[in-house]
Amino acid sequence: MDARSTANRAAGAVEPSRRAPGASGMCGIVARCALGFALCSAAPALASGMGWDDARHLLGRTGFGPSVAEIRDFAVLTREQGVERLLSGARTEAAAAPPACALQAGTSPRALRAASVEARNALLAAEVRCGLALRAWWTREMLETLSPLTERMTLFWHGHFATSQRKVRFTAMLYRQNLLLRRHALGRFDELLHAVSRDPAMLLYLDTATSRAGRPNENFARELMELFTLGEGRYGEQDVREAARAFTGWSIDPESGAFLQRPFAHDGGTKTVLGRTGRFEGAEVLDILLAEPATALHVAGKLWREFVAPQAHAAELERVAARFRASGYRIDEALRALLSSAAFWAPQNRGTLVKSPAEFVVGTLRALEARIGDPLPYAFVMAGLGQNLFAPPNVKGWPGGEAWIDSATLLARKQFVERLLRGEATGATPAMTAAALPAAGRAQTPQQVIREARRGALRELASSRVDAEGWFARVCAAQASPQRTLLAFEAVTPASAAAAPREALRALALDPAYQLK
Amino acid sequence: MRRREFVTLAAGAGLSLWFHGARAADARAAGRRADYRRRLVLIELNGGNDGLNTLVPFADPQYASLRPRLALAREQLLQISEREALHPALAALLPLWQAGELALVQGVGYPSPNLSHFRSIEIWDTASRAEEYLRRGWLARAFEANPVPAGFAAPGVSLGGQSLGPLAGSRSIALADPERFQRQARLAAPAPARGPAALRHVLAVEADVAQAAARLPAAAPAGGNFPAGPFGNALRAAAEVAQAGSGVAAYRLSLGGFDTHQNQAAVHASLLRQLAEGIAAYRAAMVAAGLWDDTLVLTYAEFGRRAAENGSSGTDHGTASVHFAAGGRVHGGLYGEPPRLDRLENGNLPFAVDFRSLYATALEGWWSMPSAPVLNGRFAPLPILRA
Repeated sequence: MDARSTANRAAGAVEPSRRAPGASGMCGIVARCALGFALCSAAPALASGMGWDDARHLLGRTGFGPSVAEIRDFAVLTREQGVERLLSGARTEAAAAPPACALQAGTSPRALRAASVEARNALLAAEVRCGLALRAWWTREMLETLSPLTERMTLFWHGHFATSQRKVRFTAMLYRQNLLLRRHALGRFDELLHAVSRDPAMLLYLDTATSRAGRPNENFARELMELFTLGEGRYGEQDVREAARAFTGWSIDPESGAFLQRPFAHDGGTKTVLGRTGRFEGAEVLDILLAEPATALHVAGKLWREFVAPQAHAAELERVAARFRASGYRIDEALRALLSSAAFWAPQNRGTLVKSPAEFVVGTLRALEARIGDPLPYAFVMAGLGQNLFAPPNVKGWPGGEAWIDSATLLARKQFVERLLRGEATGATPAMTAAALPAAGRAQTPQQVIREARRGALRELASSRVDAEGWFARVCAAQASPQRTLLAFEAVTPASAAAAPREALRALALDPAYQLK
Repeated sequence: MRRREFVTLAAGAGLSLWFHGARAADARAAGRRADYRRRLVLIELNGGNDGLNTLVPFADPQYASLRPRLALAREQLLQISEREALHPALAALLPLWQAGELALVQGVGYPSPNLSHFRSIEIWDTASRAEEYLRRGWLARAFEANPVPAGFAAPGVSLGGQSLGPLAGSRSIALADPERFQRQARLAAPAPARGPAALRHVLAVEADVAQAAARLPAAAPAGGNFPAGPFGNALRAAAEVAQAGSGVAAYRLSLGGFDTHQNQAAVHASLLRQLAEGIAAYRAAMVAAGLWDDTLVLTYAEFGRRAAENGSSGTDHGTASVHFAAGGRVHGGLYGEPPRLDRLENGNLPFAVDFRSLYATALEGWWSMPSAPVLNGRFAPLPILRA
C-alpha cells in the first residue's frame, strides 16, 4: 500500500498557488528547501482561509497526522467549512476488506465449552490468529481511510465501551462490534448505547450473558452507570442492583453467538432505578439513564478530553452537553459544538494533548506518507506502546493522556521513529507477548501464534520506507514550514538548518513536542 | 527499641496488639524519611505459580488424592517441617532456609479473587480491591508519598521486560538490558520544563531517562552462577546495578511460564529451578558486595493454581498461593496458614494472608514508611524481618 497516494486522494484537488498565512517563516529549515524559503518570505497571506496552523490543528486533532496535501487542502477553507467537510464526509463503513475468518461464524461458544483441552487450544489458537488478522485490518483502515475522524471515533467508542479479546475470545464477535461502533461512530449516542448493550461481545465481556433472575450479575449494570452513561457518584449501589435485575435474560445463542433474550432467566419483578419504579426491562433502564442530564455531560466531557484539552471549561462543556442532548444525542452535533468552540481553537490549548499510540504510529506513517506493506507490524508496535487494539487493559478502557508516556513507552516511540526513518526494523517489544506464557507446548497454542506473528511482523517492518526528500519537497512546494507541518507545539530542540532532509525529519519526530497533538 | 523489633514482638502478641502496634508504628514511621538504602526486589511468577507443588503439604492425605498424577512423591521432597516440604527443584534455596534467610508465606491472596490473568495481576500491581480499578502501581504511590533521594538513578527499574508492573505511573525505568537501554537512551531529549502540562510530563520522562542513563552501569558483565536465560540475565543486571551504587530503591523482575494448564510437572520443575538458582546466585553476588543485608526479595503472582489437577496433567487458574521472602535481614520460617484442602471454595483455596500485608511489610518494615496511605487501608505487616 502507498499511504501517499491515499493521502493525495484524501486531499482531493489542490491549488498550489494559494497558501496559508500560518506558514510564513521557518520554511527553509533545510538547505535544499531554499526555493521554498524564498517563496515563504515573499508569500502574501490568504485572507479567507483558516491557514496552515489551524488546518494542521484541526486535522491533527480529528484524524491521524495529516499529510502535506491534506493540510494544504484545508488551509484554504474557513474553520466552519473545515469542520463541515470533516463531519459531512464521515463514513460509516470501513473500506478495507475484512479478514475472511471474521466473516465466518467462527467458533461457537458451545463448541469451545465442550472441547477437550487440546481441541480447545486449537480453537483458541485459530481465534487468536484471526484476532491478529482483525488488528491488521483495522490498522489498514486507519492508514488508508478517507475519513480519519470515523476511525478516531470508532477507537474512541472502543475505549468507552471497552471490550477485550482476552475475555471474549470470539473474533467474529469483536469484528461485528467494531462494525457497530463505526456505524454509530458519529450517529446517535442513544442508538449506540442500546446496540452495544445487546452486542454479544459486550454481553460476554461484562457477564450479562450469564446473569439470571435470582442470581443477577451486577458487572454490566455497574459499568453502564459509572462508565457508559452517568459517571461516578451519580447513582447508588441500590440502583446498580435493581438495574442488574432488568438485564437478566439478555444472553447469547450458544450455537450462533447471536443476541438472545431468555424469558425464563429474566426477572420480571418491580425495580426502582434512579427513583423510577416499574417492571423494567433492560431497554427501559437504558432510557432512564439517557434521560439524565448527567449522561450527556459525562460523554461530552470525555469527548472534550479527546479533542479539545485535558480539562474542560465548565460553562462551555455545559453548553456542548446541552446541545448534544437537545439534538437527540447526535454525536456529530456534539462534535460540531466542540470543534467550533473557542476553546478548541484557543492558542493556549494547542499541543496540550498526548497522542495515543494509534495516533502516533498511524499518524507518523500517514503524515510522512510512508510506503508500507503488511499493516500487522504496526498493530504490534501500537500494542508495544500500550494500545493493543481489541484488548483494552480493563473495562475502563485506556486511561490515555499523560499515562501514555512513561520511560518505556517514550523510548519505544522514539525507537519506532528512529527505525522508520532509517528504514530498519523497529525493536519495540509488543506488550501482546509481555504476558507470554510457557516456553514449551507441542500444540499450536495461542501464545505460539502470537510469537510467530510477531517475528514475522518485525521482519516486515524492515520494508517500510519514508521518502524524506519527497516530504520536504512537498512542504516547500506548499510554501509551508516543516516544523509547523509536523509539530503541534514549538520544537523543544531547535533544528539545525544545515541538516539533510532525513536528519531534519528525524530531529522533528524525535522532538518531545512530537508526542503532542 | 527499634521499630521493626516492636512490630515483630507486637505481632507475636496476638491480633489486637498487633493491630495497635502496627498503627503506632505507622504513626512513628510517618515522622521519618523512608529508608531507600534498602532495596526491594520483586520477582513476578508470571502466569500464576502452583503453590501446592512449591511448598508441598505432603502430610495432608488430600494432597495426593487431589493430584493423582501431579502429587510429588514424599521421598523426592525437601522436607522443612513436620508437614511441609519444598519441591526438589528448589534445592538451591536450602542454604538460605538453613541460614534463616528465607521466609515462606502461605495462603497469600485476596477477597473475591479474580481468575483472569490480566485482571488479577492488575489487582496485585495496583494493590486495588477486587472490584476497584486503579491506574498506578502501588510502588508509584509509595514513591509519590516518599520520593527517593535526588541522587538516585531512578526510584525503580523493571528488568528484562518492558512492562513496569507495580512501578507503572512512577518515574521508573524499564531496563530490557543495560546495554540496550544505554543505546536507546541516546534518543532522549531532556530540556528544562516548559509549555503545557502534557509537554512538561514528556520532558520530565525524557529527563528521567537521561538521568538514569547517566547513573546506571553501561553493561552487565558476565559472571556469577546465574541460570541461563532472560531471568538469570535480569538478576545479573539487578546485582550489577546495585553493585555500581546507582541508587535504585525497587527492582522488578519477571519469570514467565507458570500458567501450567497441561503437562505441568517438567515445566514447573524447570521454572522453580531457575527461580531457586537465580535467587541463590543473586544472593552470592550481593553477599560478596556486602549488600545482602540491605536487600529484600519478594515473590508475587496473579494467583495460585486450582487444588485439584485437571485432565491434562496440569492445573487451572486458582487463588491463594505461597510466596517467598529472602534477604539478609529476613527472619526465616513459615508464615501464614497451611493450605486448607478440606475447605476449598469452588475447588480453590481460601486465602489466609492478604497480599497487601506483604506490601505493608515492605513499606513499613523495610522502608519505614506509613503503608496505609499507599495501600488505601490498613494491612498488618508480617513479622518476617529481623532488626
